[in-house]
Amino acid sequence: MNLSGKSALRGITRIASVISGIALAIVILLPIWRIELDAPQYPEGLEMYIYANKLEGDVEIINGLNHYIGMQELHAENFIEFTVLPYILGFFAFWALLVAFINKRCFFYSWAIGFVLFGILSMVDFYKWLYDYGHNLDPKAPIQVPGMTYQPPLIGFKQLLNFGAYSIPDIGGWLMGGVGVMIAAVFVTEFLSSKKS
Amino acid sequence: MTKIHSKLRIAAIGIFSLSTLIGLNSCKPKTAGSAVSGDAAQKVYVAPGEHDEFYSFTSGGFSGQVSVYGIPSGRLFKVLPVFSVDPETGYGFSEESKPMLNTSFGFVPWGDQHHLAVSQTNGESDGRWLFANENNTPRVARLDLTTFTTSEIIEIPNSAGNHSSPFITENTEYVVAGTRFSVPFDDADGDIPIHSYAEKFNGAITFIKVNPETGRMNIEFQLKTPAVNYDLSHTGKGPSSGWFFFSSYNTEKAHTLLEVNASQRDKDFILAVNWKKAEEYIKAGKGKKVKTNYVHNVMDENTHTATSTTINEVTVLDILDLEGVCYYIPCPKSPHGTDVDPTGEYIIGSGKLASLIPVFSFSKIQKAIQDKKFDGDFDGIPVINYEAALHGEVQKPGLGPLHTEFDNNGNAYTSFFVSSEVVKWNVKSLQVIDRQPTYYSTGHLTVAGGDTKKPFGKYLVAWNKITKDRYLPTGPELTQSAQLFDISGEKMQLLLDFPTIGEPHYAQIIPASLIKDKQKRIYDINKNNHKYVAKGEDKTKIVREGNKVHVYMTLVRTHITPDNIEGIKIGDEVYFHITNLEQDWDLPHGFSVKGNNNAELLILPGETKTLKWVPNRVGIIPFYCTDFCSALHQEMQGYVRVSPANSNVPLAYGTGDTAPGPKK
Repeated sequence: MNLSGKSALRGITRIASVISGIALAIVILLPIWRIELDAPQYPEGLEMYIYANKLEGDVEIINGLNHYIGMQELHAENFIEFTVLPYILGFFAFWALLVAFINKRCFFYSWAIGFVLFGILSMVDFYKWLYDYGHNLDPKAPIQVPGMTYQPPLIGFKQLLNFGAYSIPDIGGWLMGGVGVMIAAVFVTEFLSSKKS
Repeated sequence: MTKIHSKLRIAAIGIFSLSTLIGLNSCKPKTAGSAVSGDAAQKVYVAPGEHDEFYSFTSGGFSGQVSVYGIPSGRLFKVLPVFSVDPETGYGFSEESKPMLNTSFGFVPWGDQHHLAVSQTNGESDGRWLFANENNTPRVARLDLTTFTTSEIIEIPNSAGNHSSPFITENTEYVVAGTRFSVPFDDADGDIPIHSYAEKFNGAITFIKVNPETGRMNIEFQLKTPAVNYDLSHTGKGPSSGWFFFSSYNTEKAHTLLEVNASQRDKDFILAVNWKKAEEYIKAGKGKKVKTNYVHNVMDENTHTATSTTINEVTVLDILDLEGVCYYIPCPKSPHGTDVDPTGEYIIGSGKLASLIPVFSFSKIQKAIQDKKFDGDFDGIPVINYEAALHGEVQKPGLGPLHTEFDNNGNAYTSFFVSSEVVKWNVKSLQVIDRQPTYYSTGHLTVAGGDTKKPFGKYLVAWNKITKDRYLPTGPELTQSAQLFDISGEKMQLLLDFPTIGEPHYAQIIPASLIKDKQKRIYDINKNNHKYVAKGEDKTKIVREGNKVHVYMTLVRTHITPDNIEGIKIGDEVYFHITNLEQDWDLPHGFSVKGNNNAELLILPGETKTLKWVPNRVGIIPFYCTDFCSALHQEMQGYVRVSPANSNVPLAYGTGDTAPGPKK
């Protein structure tokens, strides 16, 4: 019989929480998403890396090219996300460690649900960001193709004029996904074992 | 019947004589082109998108430039402006580059570029810098192989015809410059009779020190020698490191009709110089400061601006005052090439008029010096006994040997001008192994890494002097022809002819892997410290200082800022200081002004260059980008309004919403 009673977590869940906490803390320093662009004139390819707090890679070159079709310039300081995201990740990392320490089921459940919601909200926000970036074009742009929009794919490949855009999670994104899957698995086993006991 | 018979007989005689003629004709040896065998095309084919294995840096001769080819394809990649102006890039026309072509004679827009040396570490090419000589107004340039641009040019004082240059020591400690013409030294009275050559003229051999980190050159010292002509040179290596060998001719001391008068003696000399010992003399303060006047021009990569500094003295060692530094080695008939094999033991002299090739042994030379096996002296310099220095002679190699390079298997390859061939022979055994005709009359030849301690063998290029029928004719003036040989086998195999720029003399062929991954793609605009840089369109402006107008201009796809300029007047000197704001690979912009008595500019990403324009008519003068930079390149243009000298049109400028005129 577990000393901490009915509401205590299984050992595996606590370990998973600690791993999640550490992983999310590391994600703050890693690229989360990556957009690769290819064109006949860019055999070497262009890459943009999205971090929690910044954009890296060939951002200036992409901005330079995008002005032809009237896309807005990308500057990290124009997005509130790059300011708050590191804190949110830090918050979830800290909470995950607390879960292991406090060792209460309800605490774990609320954290897991909160993290999944955060994940979904982030993707919705990212999609809206891409939508705005691809649709909200300068009406005086030099190149205007009737009916053409330039929204990059959320995930996967899409041809945009002479550029092929390929959007995939980067190492930070995979880590977050991994945390999500792991948490979902322990969530289910935790839930089932709580039903049994 | 008889009639028919006699007709047959006539026919038979006819057929007989025809076949005899054909037979005789086929006795005549086949010439040009027939030497190419089946797989040659495959060996030089570099598929689209693939890269060549080697770079060939090839001297441009009277073009004054250096050209860059891929080997084995023979494709021309680029002509690098070095000693001649280049209107294509603005070299010598932009305000920043004009000082590069400054000399003690003033601005010289042309040069004669003969020999090249890629910097070495431990006797092997390291691919950092390329040194180039200029013959006519004696100079040595250093090119940076991360940008393929000329970084530095230094003038050589007390010299004329800087031919024996820019050969380098094993670790690029020194670049040498031996004078072709002996002349009165700069501090002597030069207003003297030409026939006083023997008494009043001197030769100079210059040692230019190279900074091991920056490559920066400075003249460390000069050797003052009795009057002769210095022709070519090469450094010792391995056991002979610390020595330099210079071929000389005109020991007859002729000052006129050298063709005859400098060809009288059976032997001229190779001058062996113990430069390490000369260095000790310098360190001991034995050098004499001599008044002169020469310039040192340096391009600063961060300000993108060259400066030209005049230097007024040079340290000179008179070789007659030195012990154990200089020795003459007799060498038959006006030696041209002086080449040292990869082991550093053998020194090959090539007498232009000789019918044999002498091979000298460094260890024998040392022994002869020790044992004082001298045949007296010449002009006060000890002359080593020919036999005592000799390893052996290559007998009947061909006619008119000029230059020798080496492979990695102990073989030498010598070019023959008169008999028009390349001859392969073994350095130790002195036996001729193979000979292949060249089309026609080879001057220099180059083996990949062929003058280093570690030749790559594989390819040899003969740089031919006569072209005649090798290509589609182009009027009286023809391209100079290069010929590529595969030397990986016992026999040399002709693979390819390719045309060249100017007149190639020497070249350096080095593996592409030494250079290609170190290439700079852009200039970092954050490091741009040009006095007139505009790091952004919001920094563009026009400043009038009397009649000088400074336009701080930017270029970015696909507009010019400012692109409307008013208030320029006749009598103004306009300086367009143009910054290319791009930070992406392969995105130069060009800039030109209608009717400008000047060239265009080609401005690389992150670079600032200045184009001077003196307007000479009232009206609207257009300017535009000359390099097809992007889809809207043809939109990249602007106007200047030029008003009369006494006009009151105010200075106004802008692009788009900021352009002068009513606001929308």
